[in-house]
Amino acid sequence: MAFHIPEDYYYTKEHEWAQVDENIVTVGITEFAQTQLGEVVYVDLPEEGQKVTQGTSFGVVESVKAVSDLYCPVSGTVIEVNTALMDDPASLNDDPINNGWLVRIEMDSEKELANLMRAPDYKKLIADK
Amino acid sequence: MKKTPLHQNHLNHKAKMVEFAGWEMPIQYVGLKEEHLNVRNHVGLFDVSHMGEIRVQGPSALKTLQWLTTNNVEILENGQAQYSLLPNAEGGLVDDIIVYCLEKNQDYLVCVNASNEEKDWQHFQKNNQGAWLTNESAHWGQIAVQGPQAFELIQRVTGIEASQMKPFQTKSITWLGAQMIFASTGYTGEKGGEFFIEAASTGKLWEALIEKGQNLNVMPIGLGARDTLRTEMKYSLYGHEINETSNPYEAGLGWVIKPQAKDFIGKTPIVARKEAGLTRSLIGFKTIERGIPRQDYTLHDLEGRQIGYVTSGTHSPSLDAAIGIGYVESRFSSLGTEIAVDIRGKKIKSVVCKTPFLNQK
Repeated sequence: MAFHIPEDYYYTKEHEWAQVDENIVTVGITEFAQTQLGEVVYVDLPEEGQKVTQGTSFGVVESVKAVSDLYCPVSGTVIEVNTALMDDPASLNDDPINNGWLVRIEMDSEKELANLMRAPDYKKLIADK
Repeated sequence: MKKTPLHQNHLNHKAKMVEFAGWEMPIQYVGLKEEHLNVRNHVGLFDVSHMGEIRVQGPSALKTLQWLTTNNVEILENGQAQYSLLPNAEGGLVDDIIVYCLEKNQDYLVCVNASNEEKDWQHFQKNNQGAWLTNESAHWGQIAVQGPQAFELIQRVTGIEASQMKPFQTKSITWLGAQMIFASTGYTGEKGGEFFIEAASTGKLWEALIEKGQNLNVMPIGLGARDTLRTEMKYSLYGHEINETSNPYEAGLGWVIKPQAKDFIGKTPIVARKEAGLTRSLIGFKTIERGIPRQDYTLHDLEGRQIGYVTSGTHSPSLDAAIGIGYVESRFSSLGTEIAVDIRGKKIKSVVCKTPFLNQK
């Protein structure tokens, strides 16, 4: 299956993506994660102003079958939450890498980006699955 | 991992395969929700060949089953089936089962959970009262056909008039040279039945059901939807609602326990548990606030005190609502009682509701 994996995004090994615009980072899950999950029926996201830490859980997405933790690509403060997903969780399946974004984070330190994968490495990761 | 006789068929149908109870099984094909609704609206096929079958035969067959199970096997006539329990000596449950009477007094087939097959087989051998026991699990493939169009499909493929059969009856026939037992049983709440068929012919039956069911919208259904379908009916699943320490009366299974009729393993503690009165009850509930209950989440009263725990929970595809099954202190079990489920530290308000969650047709 061919997944859309934007070249300018960063990726976690838990299949989140991060789009960086200066110190603002938009976070979502990848198309691969979406297909693995199946139909999303519930999304639990942090509130604006909440502090988040790289590599730790900041929310969950649930399919009918299972609960999956969301892992934060960077540390910082949540400045915006995609509340539309709460009412229409299935839209996460339709467009996980654009309209299905989860949160925007004001990043504490750009240095943390070095811990993330770029597109070629992420492609390799999911090719093995 | 063990493979069912339909393994290749699942790969051909592009199933997503997972490990379940030591078997490689299809969790879903096109998608859990779509498969679930297809069973409610049309018809679905389930590979349940992983389930175990123990044959109990001989002059002591009835005596052995009476001792091993809680329901009264003596009332079964040829071609009748019965839901029952395998109690342990402490009055808990080894498994829940279906007993099929092939020939009264001397030939029965017992269908057991895949996850308990090895344990049950040991249990049968250890507590045998002189019957001839055979583990026939590898001999039989098993296909469930469930949904409003199931009777039509079963008739088309095998000629069996399932619509004329009452629930829990069987018919033994030869189908294209293969030995087959059809039973009017299921695990979804829909019309239909289950086929036991010789392993080598299971694939042929599966493909015939797919082919003859095309204009009935037949679809293969994975274990994911099998679980949500049974949860909507509040059917017990071993390892969730019941286990080795369960009180079967609390689980709502008192209707298959017949201590007046006979003696059986664990009868004394089971009767004592009934006489002591029930302190907990198995209930169904829906969340009022956002959140999906899952197994082992805790249940609370509105003051926050723990009153029980969740045994099964999911998002119901038929109702588009979050539903759960769980044990609570009995005084919280009446319909309409407000309780809360702890979901990742948040108390999500819920209400005890009527079950089955889905209105029966």
